[in-house]
Amino acid sequence: MEKISYRPESLTQTPFTYCPGCLHGVAHRLIAEAVDEHGLINKMAGVAPVGCSVFAYKFFNFDMAEAAHGRAPAVATGIKRARPDMHVFTYQGDGDLAAIGTAEIVHAANRGEKISVFFVNNAIYGMTGGQMAPTTLPDMKTTTSPYGRDTDDIGYPIRVCELLDTLVSPYYIERVSLLSTADILRAKKAVSKAIQYNKEGRGFTFIEFVSTCPTNWGLDPLKARTWAKENMLPFFKLGCFRDKGAE
Amino acid sequence: MAKILMKGNEAIAEAAIRSGCRLYFAYPITPQSELIEYMARMMPKVNGTFLQAESEVAAINMVYGAAGSGKRVMTSSSSPGISLKMEGISYIAGAELPAVIVNVQRGGPGLGDIQPAQGDYFQATKGGGHGDYRLIVLAPASVQEFADMASEAFELADKYRNPVMILADGMLGQMMEPVEFKEALTDAEIEELPKKHESWCICPNEDGDKKHHHEINSLEIDPVVLEKHVTKLYEKYAEIEKNEISYERYNISDDNEVLCVAWGTASRIVKSAINEVKKDGKSVGMIRPIKVWPYPYEAIAQAIGPKVKKVYVFELNTGQMLDDVKIAVAGKVPVEFWGKVGGVVFTPAEIKEKLEACFKE
Repeated sequence: MEKISYRPESLTQTPFTYCPGCLHGVAHRLIAEAVDEHGLINKMAGVAPVGCSVFAYKFFNFDMAEAAHGRAPAVATGIKRARPDMHVFTYQGDGDLAAIGTAEIVHAANRGEKISVFFVNNAIYGMTGGQMAPTTLPDMKTTTSPYGRDTDDIGYPIRVCELLDTLVSPYYIERVSLLSTADILRAKKAVSKAIQYNKEGRGFTFIEFVSTCPTNWGLDPLKARTWAKENMLPFFKLGCFRDKGAE
Repeated sequence: MAKILMKGNEAIAEAAIRSGCRLYFAYPITPQSELIEYMARMMPKVNGTFLQAESEVAAINMVYGAAGSGKRVMTSSSSPGISLKMEGISYIAGAELPAVIVNVQRGGPGLGDIQPAQGDYFQATKGGGHGDYRLIVLAPASVQEFADMASEAFELADKYRNPVMILADGMLGQMMEPVEFKEALTDAEIEELPKKHESWCICPNEDGDKKHHHEINSLEIDPVVLEKHVTKLYEKYAEIEKNEISYERYNISDDNEVLCVAWGTASRIVKSAINEVKKDGKSVGMIRPIKVWPYPYEAIAQAIGPKVKKVYVFELNTGQMLDDVKIAVAGKVPVEFWGKVGGVVFTPAEIKEKLEACFKE
């Protein structure tokens, strides 16, 4: 019998620690599949963030560094400069990347650092219990915006792809979603392309995943996806912002 | 090799390169600018990495990544910038990574000024970052010693898998003195250096059949596991305290009426004063800690001769090493302190005056 479903070699046997319905596992799998596909398991290094995916360093089956909150792009820079023969990525959430780590992501992108960044945007801080993120939508209620995000007081969500697209150096920037099977298949292609460009040493590659947080949004997994489609996608528009490889 | 007249900031940079450092990440700050500028000029000539980071925070995290890859790596800054690096230093200590950090101290607190000071002693020797960890701290007193400490710092960092700080100051960074460099490591020797770390560091998996999964990490969510980790760190620190204490005994004899303790730039000035009072037939000795962690407590206790009336601590701060000296002296004789702060440096004449006052008591 043909085996059509298997665990990617680039994932360890350690069970994921994510909540039921969380999409981090899907994002991890897409990255692991791409690393397998491009035959990079022996030359790959990943950098895990602080947040829900803090234990990502246990889940990928190659060398991993656990970074301080927001510093993953700087840590990845150090690894890539020290080991230019290796391929390096970071995996970061919205609080990690778009709040405390804003300087690190902007400058790694601006240097055209030859790393891949996988950014999971679910508009909330999950690990600490559902606080407002830099990507929390206007009027969205969180534990630190209990009356809804007041844009007059705290401003609008940051669109990171659009922000990085103002820079000259980045090589590839795309926003995908994990909200439906069709979107996951499109995301898989984008991840594979980012890893391929990484393998070829082309430059800085950035994939944003629009995702969900059923637990802290207080919705079941399917309703969370519907909510994200209706509320997040109009603000965080999917698409490829930059692909120098296709030019 | 002939001696070259050089600023301390440039001498430490050259010595680091000679010691096999091929990765340097930093952010500009006075009074260590010559260091970062020297690295910017010289690293490309040895196929090394010079990267001017977006902040000291980013620089120390680049160090974390490079050190986690098993390569010799350095960063440098001055007091306010070192404060910014403290988060990263705590992570480097927690993850047990070898790295060298140079602090060319200036006046503080806050922005302070840009003149020499020794106000970061507590930060360097008692923590600075969060959690239970120790930095090995080397405190040079001349440009030559500053340069010599580069290879020692990298060796110690590699040996103990621990961050090492060279705690200099604006005086040592800015002044020029003749310096003789050790012979540089060859490219082949430098290539060998990371191999001793390849059982744990980020590196390509040469044996393709056997997957390796190395984790560079300071997170242990299980309290029992973290307790074990911190206990292991403390066993390592105990080993360092046993093996690595270093100090200079200057003019120590049974005739000493006063025993001085001073470190770094302050110790040079105290030496001049000791030589001056000697001319008047007065005997004063000095212990100069060369490492300020681990600290030479026993050496100080042993140097208290039969005629010593007082132990005198001179620092360019308000009395930070003073606490360690008091621990060492343990109440045997009175301990007095005099210091200058704000980037104001005392003169040999001022120290001489303080010593002479002791003889009149």
